[in-house]
Amino acid sequence: MSAATLSHSADAHVAHHDEHEHEELSFIRKYIFSEDHKTIAKQFLISGLIWAVLGGAMSVIFRLQLGFPGANLEWLKPILGQWIQNGKIDPEFYLALVTMHGTIMVFFVLTAGLSGTFSNFLIPLQIGARDMASGFLNMLSYWFFFISSTLMFISLFIETGPAAGGWVIYPPLSALPQAIKGSGLGMTLWLCSMAIFIVSSLLGSINYITTVINLRTKGMAFTRLPLTIWAFFITAVIGVLSFPVLFSAALLLIFDRSFGTSFYLSEIYIGGEALHNIGGSPLLFQHLFWFLGHPEVYIVLLPALGITSEIIATNSRKPIFGYRAMIGSLLGIAFLSFIVWAHHMFVTGMNPFLGSVFMFLTLIIAVPSAVKAFNYIATMWRGNIVFTPAMLFSIGLVSLFISGGLTGIILGNSALDIQLHDTYYVVAHFHLVMGSASFFGFMAGVYHWFPKMFGRMLDEKLGYIHFWLTFAGVYLVFFPMHYIGIAGFPRRYYSFTSYDAFSTFSDLNMFISVAAIVTFAGQFIFGFNFFYSIFKGRKATENPWSSNTLEWTTPVSPGHGNWPGAIPEVHRWPYDYSKPGASADFIPQNIPLSATPESNLPHEEEEVKALAHV
Amino acid sequence: MNTLIIVASSVLILAILFLLFRVQSLVSILTGSTKKIAGMSNKINAILFPIFFISALIAVYFYSGYASEFFLPKPASEHGVVTDNLFWFITGVILVAFVLTNSLLFYFPYKYQYSPDRKAHFYPDNHKLEIIWTIIPAIVLTGLVFFGWRAWTDITSPAPKDAVVLEITGKQFNWIVRYPGKDGKLGSYNFKLIDATNEVGIDFADKSSFDDFLPREIHIPKGKPVLFKIRARDVLHSVFLPHFRQKMDAVPGMPTSFWFTPIYTTDEMRGITNNPAFKYELACTEVCGKGHFGMKFLLVVDEPDDFEKWYDQQEAFLKKNPDYLANVPSKLRDLALNVSNNSENKLSSF
Repeated sequence: MSAATLSHSADAHVAHHDEHEHEELSFIRKYIFSEDHKTIAKQFLISGLIWAVLGGAMSVIFRLQLGFPGANLEWLKPILGQWIQNGKIDPEFYLALVTMHGTIMVFFVLTAGLSGTFSNFLIPLQIGARDMASGFLNMLSYWFFFISSTLMFISLFIETGPAAGGWVIYPPLSALPQAIKGSGLGMTLWLCSMAIFIVSSLLGSINYITTVINLRTKGMAFTRLPLTIWAFFITAVIGVLSFPVLFSAALLLIFDRSFGTSFYLSEIYIGGEALHNIGGSPLLFQHLFWFLGHPEVYIVLLPALGITSEIIATNSRKPIFGYRAMIGSLLGIAFLSFIVWAHHMFVTGMNPFLGSVFMFLTLIIAVPSAVKAFNYIATMWRGNIVFTPAMLFSIGLVSLFISGGLTGIILGNSALDIQLHDTYYVVAHFHLVMGSASFFGFMAGVYHWFPKMFGRMLDEKLGYIHFWLTFAGVYLVFFPMHYIGIAGFPRRYYSFTSYDAFSTFSDLNMFISVAAIVTFAGQFIFGFNFFYSIFKGRKATENPWSSNTLEWTTPVSPGHGNWPGAIPEVHRWPYDYSKPGASADFIPQNIPLSATPESNLPHEEEEVKALAHV
Repeated sequence: MNTLIIVASSVLILAILFLLFRVQSLVSILTGSTKKIAGMSNKINAILFPIFFISALIAVYFYSGYASEFFLPKPASEHGVVTDNLFWFITGVILVAFVLTNSLLFYFPYKYQYSPDRKAHFYPDNHKLEIIWTIIPAIVLTGLVFFGWRAWTDITSPAPKDAVVLEITGKQFNWIVRYPGKDGKLGSYNFKLIDATNEVGIDFADKSSFDDFLPREIHIPKGKPVLFKIRARDVLHSVFLPHFRQKMDAVPGMPTSFWFTPIYTTDEMRGITNNPAFKYELACTEVCGKGHFGMKFLLVVDEPDDFEKWYDQQEAFLKKNPDYLANVPSKLRDLALNVSNNSENKLSSF
């Protein structure tokens, strides 16, 4: 019954759409304030890439300081100006760089850049919809992100510098301009920017959820959704539930900073005077922050895992192994992600009993994660693997996900976290499992769907070089950090020279810096490939990867409304690759079972018969 | 001139690279390799995966051997021995999981690379297999959690009554340490009483404070439990004692604490580490501003007798700063003078 209603409204949509087909939009409505999900996706993609270059460049600058503590950096003066004093980076600016690198990478690149690009691009195309539920909200989502970006960008240029208290902006450091220069105007801009970012994220997420629930084409049951859509859908739900909590944390911090309240401040003596604030708790902020902060890890990671599921299945020419287990583990991870946040706080003075509880909950989350890793590997088993650059990045993701995830078992153990908390071991862990893995998912997605986005192909050979350079580079940068962390080196240190305990490993730090610079430089191969191929790449075909999902049934460059005719109906799940009996090694979702009697499984044959009787 | 040469040569190199790229892409179109599903590149990528993995394993093996001397410094506390053992045990477990999963992950691309003569094996699921690899990690993790939980509850249990007590306060950008003096009780404090000399805001209306002393380095006795009471004055800091496997945030307005039992004196550690200049160090591990990386404080572990001797020699804050006698309520002033000057005088006798 509901399916009938749905198809009816879909037809109405088609009719409505056809009336407007030849209406030409102005340049501004078409490319700038566009309501077309594909254009908005590209806007997110290009903004995300620009931010990635900035965030990466920042890490190169602070790696210079860490790898070559004695070097004369006077040559950076034309860019950094007063932040270079006597050839050295100012220690406060070092902290600002670390803070901005984290903020930009987590929120602007891996949240907006990744989810924004692929949720927008793929949800309507893969579920068979003309566009998002609300094109207008979608447009607002991008432009709120743009305003938020602009504010953050401006904060880089002000005299007191951008926020510098770490990306977690723990008060009181972030609340008191006396404590650090970055907590002045820079922090105000950070908070405003993030508040607007949250608005953007919520508008986007609500739209994704609504679209997935309401606009699936006829036959596209939830059990036939590609795993990409499942991942985007669950990510959006996590976002809707957790981002408002960050908003409240930020709002209370704004109150403390500007209106004299004491939510997070108590018994503080700074700058030669005792402040009036009594009774606040810095731990309250940490609880609120990590209530978003931990789900945020999965907001960043789940879309990458969804993208990878799709790409590994397509290029192994095999169905994804354990489709339902993959959905189950996504749901499990999403649920658990809300009840593990305090593992970031084992040594903050929180009640040790809570520490025990959160240790148990944290280690449970390793189980669905392990299931995902095993299922990826099982998908490749006895496959017929084609190594497109997207496939390479997906395999890379699985490796990084395993390597980084395993050290989480150690960090999630509160007794061991005492020593390793806030050391480079943590830096290694989350850069592998969240940073690099998600970045690899992002890149895999770009390589895989570039043909549908721009109607042209990325150059494969450059893609291969880019992958191997990045893959080796990422391991060379982050794997050695485990050693430094086990030796106890604290993170966010400008230099280690004043400690005997941290006087070793200067050669390894130099090695990491060189690897980081080479890896960063390697990304320009992709940058060139990307922009060159948009204009001059080989022309793409409709379905270059012989894939099953609906987006490949659209024209090479889908126009407004995605399908020129009626929206295709869906008759099967998206993973009918190499089905026994079938002539080709893939059967797209829109091919009816009745058209493929040679390959139907027994229960599918029964379905065909049942339908014939109706 | 140099700049010009650098710029010119970079432009030249980029131009050459671009030409190479164009030639390569034109050649691949002419040879028709763009039309094929998978050609030579597929084979190269397939073989690169196992090569990458094996060379990475070899590099890790040899470098770990070389770097192991810098790993976890020798644990110098009772619980540190326990957590270190647990750490290496779990590291062993995850290394096994790492090598197993990654071996398959890097071998399968080589083994199952594309061949036009073969068709992939349609294998959508296997419930038994999935149940097995859900339950095995669950059981292993339960075990690991159990050991960790036991260690954690021991470490975070309340300090023994006879523990040596000291207070450490973090501020931008150094630490201030206070011992309770002879009476074993730290005087109370109030952040509003802080000034340039009385840096932790000792309240001299409390007679427990009269014999409190503030040394320049921490001394603790070997083999006895030591309780650190931790405070912060301005922003978050974190007390990190790498050799003792101990870390706890210092939070303004919310005192925290940890306790541990040191097992090696500084002298013994000099022998163990073969480093005659060895010193126990305390570092800050919660970002606190410009000088975060320089908040070092030194700690000495003495034999219990030496510790007693050192403790007795320390001068009370009030003796060093007699001006603060003015803050003592007038009826307690004589007592304060006595207690702070006379180290033999036990406060408990009053």
